[in-house]
Amino acid sequence: MIRLINSRVVTNLAKQFVNNTSLQSRRKGLDIRTLCTSLPKLQKEEVEVTFVRASGERIKAKGKVGDTLLDVVVNNNIDLDGFGACEGTLTCSTCHLIFSKPDFDKLPEKPSDEELDMLDLAYDLTDTSRLGCQITLSKDLNGLEVKVPATVNDARS
Amino acid sequence: MWKWTKIIGNVNQRIFKANYSESKAKTIKACIVGSGPAGFYSAQYILKHLPNSHVDIIEKLPVPFGLVRFGVAPDHPEVKNVINTFTKTAEHPNFRFIGNVSVGTDITLQELRNCYDIVLLAYGANIDAKLNIPGEDKRNVLSAREFVGWYNGQPNLDKLNPDLSGESAVLLGQGNVAVDVARILLSTIDDLRKTDITEHALEALSKSRVKKVYLVGRRGPLQAAFTIKELREMLKLPNVDTNWRSSDFVNVKEQVESLPRPRKRITELMIKSLEENKSNEGNKNFLPIFYRSPLQINGESNVESVDLTITKVVDNKAIPTEDVENIPAQLVCRSIGYKSVCIDDAINFDDKRGMIKNTNGRVLQKDANTPDIGLYVAGWLGTGPTGVILTTMNNAFAVSQTIIDDVHSGAIKCDSTKPGLDPKKYNVVTWSDWEKIDKREIENGKKSNKPREKRLSIEEMMKIVKS
Repeated sequence: MIRLINSRVVTNLAKQFVNNTSLQSRRKGLDIRTLCTSLPKLQKEEVEVTFVRASGERIKAKGKVGDTLLDVVVNNNIDLDGFGACEGTLTCSTCHLIFSKPDFDKLPEKPSDEELDMLDLAYDLTDTSRLGCQITLSKDLNGLEVKVPATVNDARS
Repeated sequence: MWKWTKIIGNVNQRIFKANYSESKAKTIKACIVGSGPAGFYSAQYILKHLPNSHVDIIEKLPVPFGLVRFGVAPDHPEVKNVINTFTKTAEHPNFRFIGNVSVGTDITLQELRNCYDIVLLAYGANIDAKLNIPGEDKRNVLSAREFVGWYNGQPNLDKLNPDLSGESAVLLGQGNVAVDVARILLSTIDDLRKTDITEHALEALSKSRVKKVYLVGRRGPLQAAFTIKELREMLKLPNVDTNWRSSDFVNVKEQVESLPRPRKRITELMIKSLEENKSNEGNKNFLPIFYRSPLQINGESNVESVDLTITKVVDNKAIPTEDVENIPAQLVCRSIGYKSVCIDDAINFDDKRGMIKNTNGRVLQKDANTPDIGLYVAGWLGTGPTGVILTTMNNAFAVSQTIIDDVHSGAIKCDSTKPGLDPKKYNVVTWSDWEKIDKREIENGKKSNKPREKRLSIEEMMKIVKS
């Protein structure tokens, strides 16, 4: 339990200075510290996320710790028309994703006022909606499943 | 940026492969009129989902992107990031930009339809709705559209010369366009200097004496038209105090809990700001007022004050009362919405609503209520001028899907070999010509640490093209 809290603190720190190289090594330190669980190291650096379209289609993708969910969509060329129109600058709501209640509650950072402002303009807004560009992957999120709200594509094909 | 290159690169690859395997498939020639968000998002969708399509965008001006260039406020550069995606679409091998060609003037709609299997009208809404009240023609009564075009470098609006020597400005209307105008009038000049605002606007705003900006709405706080992001930005503006009238908020607090989330959050933010009621010595004031409908504009030749009818809201509608309030104002901007124009007599146009008659983007025939197959409308021209870029994007995708459905169902006959527009017949600005203008504008901006210095007239733009 204590270790879990510690790793959260470190992950949060790492998030704040994601471009700071000295913290990159701190993150690696985190890997070593948690290596004593059953998974090999390589897999641990990657986080698996499943995007579920409104049509039910499931798209599995991998991201790295520190990536946002928008990064995962872009880096994996996931075919979602119009996703991330403002390129993660918190001025649109096209990367709207819907979480399960437990996953939503588990997210380490609560949405900022600015994120909620943009979500207020999103289609199919729910109580567990977030913007993908504001969710940074941590190991805790491995296996995460998020719903992509209905788009014109899903609704019609 | 690299990410987006990657994503589109892949799409291109996929399309090349599709073309290779379907090399015998007929090509479909589509033409989109207008290069704003509706036009570019439609082009993106059609090129991606109809692999054998060729898409041309015809634009009246020599420069692309419509309201992203001429509407989005200069201090909102992030909103303009969509240009990166549009540029990737423009680099698609089956795409052509045909700038400086005006449909309705240089070429008729029928001539255009003879050249293409599909014509999609997406030229937006470029005139403003009038108040139709006495005094509207007085000097310094402007439309927000003109004012926005003036600071954003829309051709022919650099000579607008708004008089900013008075203390009080009244904005009639409470949409985000009105809030943009308020923010530009109240921002510190040093903050504006870093944006791509035009030099003439910067010069005039640096001498501005405007201290109070009223934002007038006909209905109450629960019907406020601005969105919460724009309001929060106003509340954070340096050296500006936002002051509300507590009389506008009678019984509002009691209703907050029962409101849907977006309306609840924006109302809570207004109440919080009302309760703070900041008043710092020397600060400028942003003054939203509710329940007031414009009655008449007073003054000799210049505007001096505005008479507002006091209203009450019944069933979400503003009902006028007998009472009138007078507010002194030396500048008035009306911002009660945009309208589209009819650019060609062949279009089935609804003059009253200022938009094209359509169902789901299929333009209806003039004398019948059935779709005119092959002719479509997307964006504000078909929906009316409301919503943010996201709204237009969704509409553009939906209309494009309708087009694709009509191709697949065989409703659109693509067996003829339509030639597409012959650019040699016109004084065309191509995509690489635009890139020359773009490069020059960015270079010129560097001199004054601005992201770009926009060219202000079509002649100047064409000079760069020909250089």
